Amino acid sequence: MSDQPFISRGFHGRRRPRATAERLPPGQYETPDFPVLSAGPTPHTPLELWDFTVRGPGGAEARWTWDEFAALPHETVTTDIHCVTKWSKLDTVWEGVSIDMLLAEAAARGVAEAPFVLAVSDGGYTTNLPLADVTGGKAWVAVTYDGAPLAPEHGGPARLLVPHLYFWKSAKWVREIRLMERDEAGFWESLGYHNYGDPWREQRYAGDP
Amino acid sequence: MSTVSAPARPRAIAWRLASVAEVRAETVTTRTLVLDVPGWPGHRAGQHVDVRLTAEDGYQAQRSYSIASAPETPRLALTVERLEDGEVSPYLTDVLRPGDRLELRGPIGGYFVWDVTLGGPLLLVAGGSGIVPLMAMLRHRAAVLQHADARARHEVPARLLYSARRWDDVIYREELARLAEGDETLEVALTLTREAPRGWTGFRRRIDKMMLAEVAWPPAERPRAFVCGPTPLVEAVAAALVELGHDPARVKTERFGPTGGSA
Repeated sequence: MSDQPFISRGFHGRRRPRATAERLPPGQYETPDFPVLSAGPTPHTPLELWDFTVRGPGGAEARWTWDEFAALPHETVTTDIHCVTKWSKLDTVWEGVSIDMLLAEAAARGVAEAPFVLAVSDGGYTTNLPLADVTGGKAWVAVTYDGAPLAPEHGGPARLLVPHLYFWKSAKWVREIRLMERDEAGFWESLGYHNYGDPWREQRYAGDP
Repeated sequence: MSTVSAPARPRAIAWRLASVAEVRAETVTTRTLVLDVPGWPGHRAGQHVDVRLTAEDGYQAQRSYSIASAPETPRLALTVERLEDGEVSPYLTDVLRPGDRLELRGPIGGYFVWDVTLGGPLLLVAGGSGIVPLMAMLRHRAAVLQHADARARHEVPARLLYSARRWDDVIYREELARLAEGDETLEVALTLTREAPRGWTGFRRRIDKMMLAEVAWPPAERPRAFVCGPTPLVEAVAAALVELGHDPARVKTERFGPTGGSA
């Protein structure tokens, strides 16, 4: 075990301009590309079969078809994103419906709030977050990237966008927000990754600070 | 306020200082680093490590690399492909030499893993340096089965379909041939997408559905598929396997790319 970083003989590295470096959390590097990461085959749900559900802890739910979802007010979000595999991408542009909006609509239909959420995706992927991390203008269900419909390999037709946490929390192919009384580990969170995943505290793996 | 059911926090994965025992040239662009890692807790085939380099002024860079060695081998091996504009990989392939030390932590990843107890058939599909974690699986399989009888081998048959640009880009070429030679339950199929040697009788195109139908077991045999390589290959292979009728839940993918985790 080593407490002090070991100096790597002959390593100089590639310094970023300060304006970029300041936006990169520890251990991250900037990429101009948009790498794709997922654990299995890309699901392809036709839009006429797609719907989105907010389910409350008591079982009450609010559901939108694709057309109903598209009719909700959308916001444009420009943000940096940080993947636990070390790449970061700056100034990405998304369009989507805020979770605040979805929860308000769901509340009006009798869906009660709860302190945790589990995002559930096509293909069985899940990720868990505290409610406080998806409310207050911090999270969206995004349907476009860079002005175009979200490509399936990037999570289309719709993915969660929670840019202040590592990007595995921004679940691709998201179909449901489940409000939970108790925190329940999602897919990567059960497989050794950090339960919360703050890139600025470098919470990559279980046990990280 | 409701209770939080999160378990007690596990111990952090510690940074360790490994010593480079050997640097082995695999192809023109890839090197295998054979490492002694004091306190290494062991790993499962398919897992990776994070490597951290620190410059004299404290500047640091981290990248992830797949483990190439079987859990049964005392030393840890990483096979690294040099990316021309890479920040970390050229250091690992060109600067690092035996006797140097290297900071790493791991093992990491609990999904893209296989061991013999999970059973087979084992279907491995690799593109380029995506072979590395799959090689750990084949080495592990060979290590476990080397003294086993034919029946035990037939319970976990394995097939590898490996796409490379050229003959000389095939990582672990001789070892793969040797493993397949000595094991009637392991089949290795290569496809060369750019250039093939004279007299080549193997595949000569990118992996497609027809090739997978030819090489893979039928879906009814329920193979466990592990697909690793650049994103276009992984997308194409995973989609084709699902179209052929394989259960998506048995198709596990991992992607490599200039910036996808192995840079």
